[in-house]
Amino acid sequence: MLSIKNLNVKLEEEDKQILKGVNLEVEAGKVHAIMGPNGSGKSTLSYVLSGKDGYEVTEGSATLEGEDLLELEPEERAAAGLFLAFQYPVEIPGVGNMTFLRTAVNAQRKARGEEEMSAAEFLKVVRAKAKDLKIDADMLKRPVNMGFSGGEKKRNEILQMAMLEPKMCILDETDSGLDVDAMKLVAEGVNALRNEGRGFLVITHYQRLLDHIKPDVVHIMADGRIVKTGGPELALEVENNGYADILAEVA
Amino acid sequence: MADAAEKLTPTEAMIAGLEMPGAGWSKTAREDALARLRVMGLPERRDEYWKFTRPDTLTQPTPLPAAVLGSEEAPLFDEIDRLKVVFVDGVFDADASDDLALEGITIERLATATSDLHWARDLYGSLELNGQDPVERPLASLNTAFATDGVLIHVTGKPSKPVSLIYRHVSETSDAILHHCIKLDAGAELTILENGPAAARFNKVMEVDVAGGAKFHHVRAQGRDHERRAATHIFARLGTESQFKSFTLTVNGVLTRNDCVIELTGDDAIAHVAGACVGDGEFHHDDTVFVTHDAVNCESRQVFKKVLRNGATGVFQGKILVKKDAQKTDGYQISQSLLLDEDSQFLAKPELEIYADDVACSHGSTSGAIDEDALFYLRARGVSHAEATDLLTLAFLAEAVEEIEQEELRDELIGRLSSWLQRRSA
Repeated sequence: MLSIKNLNVKLEEEDKQILKGVNLEVEAGKVHAIMGPNGSGKSTLSYVLSGKDGYEVTEGSATLEGEDLLELEPEERAAAGLFLAFQYPVEIPGVGNMTFLRTAVNAQRKARGEEEMSAAEFLKVVRAKAKDLKIDADMLKRPVNMGFSGGEKKRNEILQMAMLEPKMCILDETDSGLDVDAMKLVAEGVNALRNEGRGFLVITHYQRLLDHIKPDVVHIMADGRIVKTGGPELALEVENNGYADILAEVA
Repeated sequence: MADAAEKLTPTEAMIAGLEMPGAGWSKTAREDALARLRVMGLPERRDEYWKFTRPDTLTQPTPLPAAVLGSEEAPLFDEIDRLKVVFVDGVFDADASDDLALEGITIERLATATSDLHWARDLYGSLELNGQDPVERPLASLNTAFATDGVLIHVTGKPSKPVSLIYRHVSETSDAILHHCIKLDAGAELTILENGPAAARFNKVMEVDVAGGAKFHHVRAQGRDHERRAATHIFARLGTESQFKSFTLTVNGVLTRNDCVIELTGDDAIAHVAGACVGDGEFHHDDTVFVTHDAVNCESRQVFKKVLRNGATGVFQGKILVKKDAQKTDGYQISQSLLLDEDSQFLAKPELEIYADDVACSHGSTSGAIDEDALFYLRARGVSHAEATDLLTLAFLAEAVEEIEQEELRDELIGRLSSWLQRRSA
């Protein structure tokens, strides 16, 4: 599904290397987790994959089902099936959440040569999915993320994911700023989307999200590289001993 | 003195080319206006409120020609039940207009209202005269002196539909001067709609006298012909607990200068003025607003939004003057521009002048590009760069359009803006 080979990335503005040869294969139907200390390059990886400005790929490749992601515009990556749940969802004054969702769904459909969703059909689908995530009518009506609490913003990200039905989902610290109840709700939303055709990459600091979204594979990232890969037990090891032991071990 | 003599020359040249329409009840007002125009002289670049906008094409005797553009889209406000009054290049078109009769109001044409004791005698030119202090507005005096037509509306009740003034532009060299007087009696209500490119050059004055408890709504769209030029003035006087709400949408036009001069003279009155404009290329749009608080506990609000690209220029000069006795004034002013490239510019001159000591007044002015984070967020969800830009542009303008109270009119303008933006980026 998602294939990253020897990915090297530096900041455009300054001569600072952030990713130093990342290798990663996420298969369809699997959930991979990336854990790592602050500044290890986790969020940069998610931004580079989704096409944010300000980064320069100096070496390596990233493909989604064989398609070169790095050649595509952000909207083309989205249409190809990539989805990033933002760590900090952006507030957009003046653009209604509903308008935003419908524009996005239909833009992707159009880009893929599919028929646009009718207003009535869209309304039906969005209401059902919003209900599962406990997103009320008011949140759908308000401008995108405006006045939303931290938990509401993250639920809104998952709603977008549910509406867009991507092939490959990247969750960038989706647990940050969430209390236990909100985290459960978000995790349920994600778990409901797990299926054989869809891959997940869950980026997190803490093991606790992984109690709710059970990963198949856990990677530890440090200083721009994946330094260790293992099963779910690796996350528990981090939880119990911190990163220091693992980093010392691979150093 | 040498200065004054020198300044009179273009003014006299302009006057020489115009003919004062014959007499009747407006004769004195017209002659007075001509006299003050001669003293003031037409605006020049060095005048304080003309520093950002070149007045020469508005003050030269003959207007520059403006091509007439055809349009395939339905006319604005087409679906709205309204009483239509049509002017073609400033000339009243009886065939295209509705019967000028509506319950709760009387409408007459300035050109044909001949009775010597007309109600408009006390209004015509009087608010314009009032609005000459402290800032001179010579183009408005020129208008009072030489206006060839306009509507005189006396509102005694609450008419069932808006009066819609439609300005068609047919001749490439037309030079139109229209003057409207609107008088709302206590408790009366009226909505005025205006739209259309009007003429190659258009000078328009609207005087609005809003009595106690009356409500006046004004929604205008200044039309599309790229080369048209316009200088318009609104002069409004607000009585106790009255309301005045005006919104203007401007799209295209090589030069537009809109002056809005409002005086709150009765306690607890409310005045809102808003504007949205979309400028592309050779576009110069100037909103000059002057709100005077001269009564207790009044509220005024100015909201102006401009989207500029390909070298377009936007100007905002907005003032709130709070006189000594105008305690508990609530004054607000915001002007914002969205600059879609580095060639476009926004020039803002926000002013507060406050003599009362118990007031809440605020003003702000910003200029900026499209929010890159919002743009990326939209693109990451699959929305194209062009569509995302349009969505954010519309959202920016919508904050001004939202100032319109009537939902039907708001939706009409948002819908129109949205289709214009889409077409442009297509």
